[in-house]
Amino acid sequence: MLQVSIYRYNPETDSAPYMQEFQVDTQGRDLMVLNVLELIKEGDSTMAYRRSCREGVCGSDGMNMNGKNGLACITPLSEVVKNGKLTLRPLPGLPVIRDLVVDMGLFYKQYERIQPYLQNDEPAPAIERLQSPEDRDKLDGLYECILCACCSTACPSFWWNPDKFVGPAGLLQAYRFLADSRDTATRERLSELEDPFSVFRCRGIMNCVAVCPKGLNPTRAIGKIREMLLANAT
Amino acid sequence: MSNMRSLSFDAIIIGGGGSGLRAALELAKSGKKTAVLSKVFPTRSHTVSAQGGITCAIASADPNDDWRWHMYDTVKGGDYIADQDAAEYMCSEGPKAVFELEHMGLPFSRFDNGRIYQRPFGGQSKNFGTGGQAARTCAAADRTGHALLHTLYQNNLKNNTTFLNEWYAIDLVKNANGDVVGCIAMDIETGEVVHVKSKATVLATGGSGRIYASTTNALINTGDGIGMALRAGFPMQDMEMWQFHPTGIYGAGVLVTEGCRGEGGYLVNKDGERFMERYAPNAKDLAGRDVVARSMVMEILEGRGCGEHGDHVYLKLDHLGEEVLGKRLPGIVELSKTFAHADPAKEPIPVVPTCHYMMGGVPTNVHGQAIMTDADGKDSIVGGLYACGEAACVSVHGANRLGGNSLLDLVVFGRAAGIFIESALNEGVDYLEASESDVDAAMKRVTRWNESQGGESVPALRAELQGIMQNSFGVFREEENMQKGVGQLAELRSRIANAHLPDKSGAFNTARVEALELDNLMEVAEATAIAALERKESRGAHCRYDYPDRDDVNWLKHSLYFPADKKVGKRDVNFAPKTVDMFEPKVRTY
Repeated sequence: MLQVSIYRYNPETDSAPYMQEFQVDTQGRDLMVLNVLELIKEGDSTMAYRRSCREGVCGSDGMNMNGKNGLACITPLSEVVKNGKLTLRPLPGLPVIRDLVVDMGLFYKQYERIQPYLQNDEPAPAIERLQSPEDRDKLDGLYECILCACCSTACPSFWWNPDKFVGPAGLLQAYRFLADSRDTATRERLSELEDPFSVFRCRGIMNCVAVCPKGLNPTRAIGKIREMLLANAT
Repeated sequence: MSNMRSLSFDAIIIGGGGSGLRAALELAKSGKKTAVLSKVFPTRSHTVSAQGGITCAIASADPNDDWRWHMYDTVKGGDYIADQDAAEYMCSEGPKAVFELEHMGLPFSRFDNGRIYQRPFGGQSKNFGTGGQAARTCAAADRTGHALLHTLYQNNLKNNTTFLNEWYAIDLVKNANGDVVGCIAMDIETGEVVHVKSKATVLATGGSGRIYASTTNALINTGDGIGMALRAGFPMQDMEMWQFHPTGIYGAGVLVTEGCRGEGGYLVNKDGERFMERYAPNAKDLAGRDVVARSMVMEILEGRGCGEHGDHVYLKLDHLGEEVLGKRLPGIVELSKTFAHADPAKEPIPVVPTCHYMMGGVPTNVHGQAIMTDADGKDSIVGGLYACGEAACVSVHGANRLGGNSLLDLVVFGRAAGIFIESALNEGVDYLEASESDVDAAMKRVTRWNESQGGESVPALRAELQGIMQNSFGVFREEENMQKGVGQLAELRSRIANAHLPDKSGAFNTARVEALELDNLMEVAEATAIAALERKESRGAHCRYDYPDRDDVNWLKHSLYFPADKKVGKRDVNFAPKTVDMFEPKVRTY
């Protein structure tokens, strides 16, 4: 029997959140955390969480599992359960809508702020824009972000200034466009980021790297943006 | 209902996947008041899971490539019930749509000359099947769907599209003349039900693979658009045609791209034999998906399956080397390690044919307009209703879709629907407003769930439905077993009509969403089952033991399922492309 402790909160009936205990019979299988939630929901349909692809590419089911953010659908029990216990909480730092579902509004706002789309003021050719494999390689480790918010909600700087610090996810995407040989808005992008908060609130704590379920490295991308900002300033 | 809030738009797009976002982008640029209504944040839509690429004759891998060759492959792949005018439109417009995606920023992989990387996929040929294997699938590593969906979402942000994210469309609203004039939808975060009025309603709700117990599809793929359209009385086309992808990871159902075989991987049985050489001597592992899936099942049935229970085969990739795997198939390496506990650089991946794609759907023309058929079999247009992407059956995939053609379908026909709706709105659209009773009719089912006092549980009923479909409507089918399945579904329908929603709360009530989804699964399953029973032949993905041959005399036709009387009719396939000679039906070999 797996002992599962889950953060519960229904705004219509609960004055405050509380932890609820469940006993789950996994029949000895090394299930994913999402499967455990499914088993619990079969017995208690009020349990709320997001999920979609169940294979780690859509980014719906980011949550805090035994203290660490990750995706429930690709986290096997063997990786996360300690002493037969699993504690599930919503991603930290964002307002809770219900149970494990958080309001992602602030996270998306920071993503939109960096203008996450290619900008190129030259007329497009009749075919594709050419890009060398070497230039394309520069986007690896950046474009794969799934917007699950595991990184930003593990970041103390984002907890402190979620309105002013772009956060690791947004900055990873900012650099994805700065690094794209097809994008011509480098100067404008950098000038949007040069205030003391947007980028420079990153303290290099690297929680983002530790939790990213796709193995991406926002800290490195932030370092590159810093270098570009400093080079731009001199 | 009198105190229900209403919203008004020129166009509402239900679904935030590839086709919906492409349609929305076109309309947002035109300045029409458009909203995308999606039950998940758009980048959580199932397009994100597409891996191998988007097939299109952009003449990068082969400068002499020709969209007509692609059209030939598509028509042949569909076993000759793809509409040839639609296949012509998709393959000829395709390059424009792909280049647009690149201009929007899609991070395609590249060849040394800087052009978009293309890989071989199943069913591809040069020179109308005579010039050997083609490499026509444009790829961003093995994350093409993710790259495509994010790029489209990003460009919708750029163009200020209105999003109703985490809103769930419940049912279509029809006026007294039978035009679709909007829908009833629920804001999932609050539970508020809203009347959304619109001059154009686009069903871009994707597929419904969750009618099967084992599927590559996301948990959200519950056929909501199909369910809504069927309840509104509209017919569905070719619903018996379900693609079983050869390489779903054994046990988990997670997809492993055909690109694995495109890059040189192959399937082996328990003896280590590359068995596809026997079934498809020319194309081998890159034959049509229906052919490969059936061959795998034959191997398993004849006792050459792998593993303790002999119930799967292996996909061998280790000979490709870590560099190719890391460069071209990095996502597959991840998925295989996570879900099969196998590192493909060292050991093969256990795979089994798994429900993957719905070729059928809302019958439409190339502009995305939904089509009705009258008693004489004559087509007419449904006012106000459009469909594109997997929810639509335009039909470019016929009885079997080629790999890489779904992403092309999404962007080409999402775009086409957007362009057409813009011009229709410019010309002026004036439908009779829905009456109170029209709106009440669309509220019926959510009201039923909200008032349910007892009855069976949603998860149990859903599992039962999935079991019936898996057992009676899988890769191989036959009369008696399908009759049994149809009977079980009829009985299940009455139980679902009395099922229970215990949680009546408003805020982010996912139990209510799952209950509403179950109704849609039921509609899709029944349409599939009845159409499958009716098509007495084997064609493409529809393979019957009792009718093993293709029957062009009686069944070179679309099936059309009518929900009112649950009867199946036939609709003519289009054999009149505009700029090329039509492709005559031939025996299909690979």
